[in-house]
Amino acid sequence: MDDPMLLARIQFAANISFHILFPSITIALGWLLLYFKLRYVGSRDMKWMDAYRFWTKVFALSFALGVVTGITMSFQFGTNWPGFMHKVGNVAGPLLAYEVLTAFFLEAVFLGIMLFGFRRVPGWVHTLATFLVAFGTTLSAFWIIALNSWMQTPQGYEIRDGVIHAADWWAIVFNPSMPYRLTHMLLASGLTASFLVAGLSAYRWLRGDKAPSVLAALGTGIRTAAILIPLQILAGDQHGLNTLEHQPAKIAAMEANWETRANVPLVLFAWPDEKARTNHFEIAIPDAASLILTHDPDGVVPGLNDFEGNHPPVAPLFFGFRIMVGIGVLMLLISWWGTLVLWRRRTPGKWLARSLLLMTYSGWAATLAGWYVTEIGRQPWLVTGILRTADAAGAVPAPMILTTLIMYLMIYVILFGAFISVLFYLARKGAEPTGDPKEGAIQTTLGSTAEAA
Amino acid sequence: MFDDPALWLPFVFAGLMGFSILVYVILDGYDLGVGILFAFADDAEQNRMISSIGPFWDANETWLVLAVGLLLVAFPVAHGMILGALYLPVALLLLGLIMRGVAFEFRIKAHAKWKATWNWTFFAGSLLSALSQGFMLGLYVLGLEASWANIAFACLSAVCVAAGYALLGGAWLIFKTDGALQKKAANWARVALVATGIGFAAISLATPFASPRIFEKWFAWPQIALLSPLPLAAGACFLGLFVLLGRLPLKDDRYAWAPFATAAGIFIAAFAGLAYSFYPYVVPDQLTIYEAASAPESLMIMLYGALLVVPVIAAYSALSYWIFRGKAAGDLYDH
Repeated sequence: MDDPMLLARIQFAANISFHILFPSITIALGWLLLYFKLRYVGSRDMKWMDAYRFWTKVFALSFALGVVTGITMSFQFGTNWPGFMHKVGNVAGPLLAYEVLTAFFLEAVFLGIMLFGFRRVPGWVHTLATFLVAFGTTLSAFWIIALNSWMQTPQGYEIRDGVIHAADWWAIVFNPSMPYRLTHMLLASGLTASFLVAGLSAYRWLRGDKAPSVLAALGTGIRTAAILIPLQILAGDQHGLNTLEHQPAKIAAMEANWETRANVPLVLFAWPDEKARTNHFEIAIPDAASLILTHDPDGVVPGLNDFEGNHPPVAPLFFGFRIMVGIGVLMLLISWWGTLVLWRRRTPGKWLARSLLLMTYSGWAATLAGWYVTEIGRQPWLVTGILRTADAAGAVPAPMILTTLIMYLMIYVILFGAFISVLFYLARKGAEPTGDPKEGAIQTTLGSTAEAA
Repeated sequence: MFDDPALWLPFVFAGLMGFSILVYVILDGYDLGVGILFAFADDAEQNRMISSIGPFWDANETWLVLAVGLLLVAFPVAHGMILGALYLPVALLLLGLIMRGVAFEFRIKAHAKWKATWNWTFFAGSLLSALSQGFMLGLYVLGLEASWANIAFACLSAVCVAAGYALLGGAWLIFKTDGALQKKAANWARVALVATGIGFAAISLATPFASPRIFEKWFAWPQIALLSPLPLAAGACFLGLFVLLGRLPLKDDRYAWAPFATAAGIFIAAFAGLAYSFYPYVVPDQLTIYEAASAPESLMIMLYGALLVVPVIAAYSALSYWIFRGKAAGDLYDH
């Protein structure tokens, strides 16, 4: 534990991993809130308003955690990776600045109106504020994914005096992997929020809370997931093909394919051995990887031997990818089964509800696994072909990084536990009885003070 | 001069960054200050204090992200030097901001048995954020060198900034509340004003003597004559505010806005003094804004964005303050 670069990486990975949990909820939950609000406006059915109120609490909590962990990152770009800003700051800087200018203020101001302004503004302004919050979170994702994708597949730049200069902003923002990564992430957020909504609603259902709003939210979660998961599988496949074209070493590591060859089998399970450069205990489907990646069973797939000494570590990519895909398959089965059950019986049975409860945080696991694949898969580069991670590290001494790392980890563990337990606590408490929202207390951050006391 | 953007762009971005820092200090200053005063209030008062800042704090904090973002993107080398030298206080600042930001939500969403814990977290996080900002300012003023004398000076600056934020917080509460809490807030603000004044005077006197360059900038003729209105105006603000705080609240809530406006004026005067002292340096006595600036074409594209978007941000921020005008209520923001 005395390698400053390793510590800086662990610290940044810990922060960014903890951070992504919350945007992955709020990006899509914002749109689900807008859906609840619009259904209420359209039908005046209080169950939609109740669902809106309950999930607004979850949104506000997730948003606060996303904001504070995001502020941490804006400092760590500079403290942990000074070489990054020095080398590619001319590209990364404006993209980050545009995220702050166009998205952060928008979200923050209109979240205030959305949470506290229900009875201070006309109904349509409140709905507009809800829309702008959802729009702001999505816009924020757009900018940060543009930057991340540029780091994966950079273009539109020129090098002068060893420093990157922007040459074509359109090419920089819409770099080759950007549309795929953005689609994949937005759908991932949709699935994370859908399974969170379905899972917590199933929890309430199992505890006997059968309010119409619970069933409405549960149905919305299941059906949204059932629609999004086939789209996600398609988007993931296309993203994979895009990666094969631009970052073949990443694909070779994900598939633990050690040799460039035709008729590559799809490895279902194995124990990749980077020393012997082979797989142990391999279970594989013949020709399937060639079929998926080249759409031809005889297609040639690049192997790790083409990139020896210059490819990412194999095991984390291999397992991370399988965890993500495995969760995706489970999501497909459960959301379609749930849609079928709700379509035939209108209410969930015990086993469906239990399965949904188990899947509550499945989106987190899949999203994290996917990000680990793509981020570790970029190594040893920080910006592909331009800047190695090792060359971006700073001069902060190891003990100082270690001290702050321990501090961050401790607070993240506490906050993680508090977040999960408060979500279940809110679910147990349920929404307050319904009434005319103009009369009753809208369940804002402050509105729930009375009931907590 | 306008022919060459490499000459005026760094100046414009230093101005934008300074503006963001100043807006941040005044806006987040009042909500951090309310957090510091949290320890002295009872349960009902605490709910009311929270509701006076609830709709605003998140946007207030975004000015910090913008300021750090501008430092990062416009002066990347300076960002590395400053934040690298301030690594530990920055970590403590982040810890404080995390603690108070989440406590906002957790204190009313978690089980009631945890409420006291989260209230304490909110207070401690606010105080820690204010202290570490003051500490960073103090060390920055003295050129980021961590000698014992400098650290002592930074600790003084930490207390001064925390007191200044408590002053802003108290003044905000005078503006946004009424009754017993308003009276209490006037007392809090008065104590904070005295503490701020002592720290302020100490820092103002110490800075020129710590840096010969700054001494030269302030005490050479004719600068001393041209600049003398600045400390004189700040002094007048202190005295006037001290008198006013002793008399508030007045009939019909007259001048309830004045303490906040005056406190903000003090911060603006202090900021102007600092900006004058350091220009053209972004890292004191080491790196000027012209040496540290990013490439002109990158600054240009950000300038377009900023010119287009900052007025829009100002407009909807103003809309938000207008929507939530008037006195903050108890449990519910809007009774």
